[in-house]
Amino acid sequence: SDAKSGRTDLIFLIRFRHCCLLRNQRCILAYLYDRLLRIRALRWEYGSVLPNTIQFHMSAEEVEWFNRYKKSLATYMRSVGGEEGLDLTQDIKPPKSLYIEVRCLRDYGEFEIDDGTTVLLKKNSQHFLPRWKCEQLIRQGVLEHIL
Amino acid sequence: MYLQCLTESMTSTPVTPVAFRLWRLGPDGLCRFPPAAVFSGALRLRRGRSRAPAWLNEKFAPELLESKPEIIECVVEQLDHMEANLKRAKRGDLKVSVHRMEIERIRYVLSSYLRCRLVKIEKFFPHVLEKEKSRAEGEPSILSPEEFAFAKEYMANTETYLKNVALKHMPPNLQKVSLLKSVPKPNLDSFVFLRVLERQENILVEPETDEQREYTIDLEEGSQHLIRYKTIAPLVASGAVQLI
Repeated sequence: SDAKSGRTDLIFLIRFRHCCLLRNQRCILAYLYDRLLRIRALRWEYGSVLPNTIQFHMSAEEVEWFNRYKKSLATYMRSVGGEEGLDLTQDIKPPKSLYIEVRCLRDYGEFEIDDGTTVLLKKNSQHFLPRWKCEQLIRQGVLEHIL
Repeated sequence: MYLQCLTESMTSTPVTPVAFRLWRLGPDGLCRFPPAAVFSGALRLRRGRSRAPAWLNEKFAPELLESKPEIIECVVEQLDHMEANLKRAKRGDLKVSVHRMEIERIRYVLSSYLRCRLVKIEKFFPHVLEKEKSRAEGEPSILSPEEFAFAKEYMANTETYLKNVALKHMPPNLQKVSLLKSVPKPNLDSFVFLRVLERQENILVEPETDEQREYTIDLEEGSQHLIRYKTIAPLVASGAVQLI
């Protein structure tokens, strides 16, 4: 608007101010986008439900973004693997063996395996369980893989 | 020999056609599994034309490669088939655990492939969508329909978020931001290792420094090279080279 008023001596000032504004915009967007990328990583690490401590640090819009991302990821995963879909957040590492030795880090309760047997997961108990069942629990911190 | 085959498979690199080997040597119980249909998939996983090369190419290429829905469908069908067979087999059998291991491996490769694609889609989402929009009619798509839907939702989601949190509070002339310009493009100049599957002649290589001039090279079959991705991108798409 100052440019329109024909005061050419202010052009440089306007340009400078505009550059500053653009820089600020870029910084803000970079910060917000980086936070989004971290939140996205949380979905892949923790699963659909975030721990309360983390949710506490997220703004309402970020929570909304997360929910929408979660939903669109779920739709995609469901569409990809036949009838039930393929959970892409499992099988992060190549499988080395079918069964793994795990130690329970905290009380979890009863846990059922594929063939119907239930295992009681108490703190410090050790079990020899199928790998694919434990992956989720290992990521949540309930079980610990003993090498 | 049976046991040696087993231990070999357990420690070797993923996706070995274990089941195939067992079928050749093993006891007759295995004949219950329809050999050709199920194991040919596992075989193709290793040899030439399908899954493992597609997986490796996708892992090492800096940009999103063509989508291969037929392969994915095929592998998923194989997995379902194998799972169904396993359910019917009797429990406690050694073959069951070996097959289950194979299923795990195949599932890992498939998951890894799809995850790799998703990561690239999310990283380069404006460019991927732009490329898809400007694609000519006959050209193969780089996105499957589900991936396209996912990419569009991701873009809309991110745009809405940025608009609501930051952009709408800014002065009017700054409220639009071109994501196409701000989000970094895939680096096609990055170097990749490759193995040549089909002999290629006269590949034009751009000069690296000012003193060099562009020159042509011939790629012999079976040779391995380290070259900029940009130079050989069309060869990856046609399957003439394999990224390693």
